[in-house]
Amino acid sequence: MLVSASGLAKSYDTGVVTPVLRGAALELDRSRIGVILGPSGSGKSTLMNIIGGVDRADEGVVEVDGERITDLDDDGLVEYRRESVGFVFQFYNLVPNLTAGENIEVVSNISKQPLAIDEVLAAVGLTEKKNRFPRELSGGEQQRVAIARAIVKNPKLLLCDEPTGALDIATSRDVLAQLQRVNTQFGTTILMITHNVAVAEMAHAVFRMRDGEVEHATQNAEPVPAERISW
Amino acid sequence: MFLALRELRFARGRFSLFCGVIALMTLMVVLLTGLTAGLGAASVSAVDALPGTALAFSAEPKVSFATSSVSEQDQRALAAKAGVHSATPIGVSTAKLTGAVAVLGGVPGSSPTAGGVLVPPSLGLATGSHVRVNDQDLVVTGSTSEHSLNHLPAVYVSLDTWRRVAHTSGATAILVDAEPGADLSSAGLTTLSRTEAYSAVGSYSSEQGSLNLMTGLLLGISALVVGAFFTVWTMQRGHDLAVVRAIGASRSYLLRDALGQAALVLVIGAGLGTALATGLGLAASTAVPFVLAPSTVLVPMALMVLVGLVGATFAVRRVTTVDPLTALGAAR
Ligand SMILES: Nc1ncnc2c1ncn2[C@@H]1O[C@H](COP(=O)(O)OP(=O)(O)OP(=O)(O)O)[C@@H](O)[C@H]1O
Ligand SMILES: [Mg+2]
Repeated sequence: MLVSASGLAKSYDTGVVTPVLRGAALELDRSRIGVILGPSGSGKSTLMNIIGGVDRADEGVVEVDGERITDLDDDGLVEYRRESVGFVFQFYNLVPNLTAGENIEVVSNISKQPLAIDEVLAAVGLTEKKNRFPRELSGGEQQRVAIARAIVKNPKLLLCDEPTGALDIATSRDVLAQLQRVNTQFGTTILMITHNVAVAEMAHAVFRMRDGEVEHATQNAEPVPAERISW
Repeated sequence: MFLALRELRFARGRFSLFCGVIALMTLMVVLLTGLTAGLGAASVSAVDALPGTALAFSAEPKVSFATSSVSEQDQRALAAKAGVHSATPIGVSTAKLTGAVAVLGGVPGSSPTAGGVLVPPSLGLATGSHVRVNDQDLVVTGSTSEHSLNHLPAVYVSLDTWRRVAHTSGATAILVDAEPGADLSSAGLTTLSRTEAYSAVGSYSSEQGSLNLMTGLLLGISALVVGAFFTVWTMQRGHDLAVVRAIGASRSYLLRDALGQAALVLVIGAGLGTALATGLGLAASTAVPFVLAPSTVLVPMALMVLVGLVGATFAVRRVTTVDPLTALGAAR
């Protein structure tokens, strides 16, 4: 078990107290791809942010590779994020002042045992575009740089919040295929949020959220290669 | 400084402009400092050149070379005090030579024989020339270093000659050479150290005061300008900082990076301004009193960098409060 979350509760107080998570729980094995599905506002991002150590739960426990990250202080969370988690965001979030290669270099500079920059660039098929700035890359290419940036630290866990949310079908499939390749090539455990039910076919585990809870968790014995998914 | 240096490269235009602003402000600060020192020297270099450890003036609310007048009695009283090696009366006044000059009479070591006068080279008077100082005919018996008092070139005569030039039988002040810590208080006299005695030169205090105020204001404005620039800059890259935070950079990493950037920009800007000011100062030093020395060039430059860093520190503090959560999901 790489990720194990249980009893996660979180509410936001914006005048009225709105519960966003009500005892959410999930478990994901090492080197697996897990997909979180659910309607908008069901708490998917909130759950992922807590697992990724950028947000804190009011209640509940998250363990990643045996480390209880819900007990970590702020410095502990920084280190956890730096060493153990890679993030891929919906809107890429590359630093516009840095080239593709440098966006990856920032991370490799601050992590303890990074992979080689050229290795991860090659893994996402962007060796040629190393010196381009983000604005000189297509959305799909930017997202691939983001994936390379996320995996260069050789994270235990790769978290992707709607990584294809801003991309067209062909490019989405391409990005998903990259993620699947990362999973097999580096054995990286991936947890991914998507609105696209079809994407669940490529996952080993599928979590369906509703109203701040994981309603169903299903296993998928035969994940489909991303290239064969259609929607 | 990984991010910092690449940002400088990326936002070249903005940073060049800002370096230019820093350079100009440094230029002004360095020029002002050189001018302050130059004017200060023109006011008081003759006081600086006086021998002895202290100067006694007649006690007045505002001690001044122009109004002070001391008697032989005052001199004897001081000379008799414990720890006093010598107490010498000197005369200081303004007179007309070729132009206006400051006449110092009876200064030990610069006191020619009666009827003689020592002049600085800038007056262009050869030894042996006959000159008229006020209504006295004198002979130039030698030259002295270039000193001035209250912006007038200083010429030196004996105390007797000075008395005739100034039409008085007394003296202006008493030069005291005493052991450190000796009690120099004496009825009717105000005893000042040499630097305190600067204020007895009419224009010195107000001149230096207003120039220093200008320099201080400039430095203050610089701190604000630097602070404002880096506040805007930090806000502009808030999102990038949040992203870098989310992927694991610590607060101190970002703070070091941002302060390193500010320091680099400041050093470059201040360096440029200082170089420019040095050039201008060299060119202008023949026309205006301008002192070009480490204390008037490197000190203001260092001050400029320092106040800039203070301003920048206030501005970039906020990199430590960037919430990595804002990186996630935010559209750009
Ligand atoms: N900082 C916040 N302050 C107040 N409410 C918040 C905050 N962040 C999220 N919420 C609320 O929490 C709920 C769940 O948000 P979350 O982002 O986890 O949903 P989601 O499942 O990711 O939705 P989507 O599919 O639209 O991204 C939403 O109703 C949202 O309005
Ligand atoms: Mg979301």
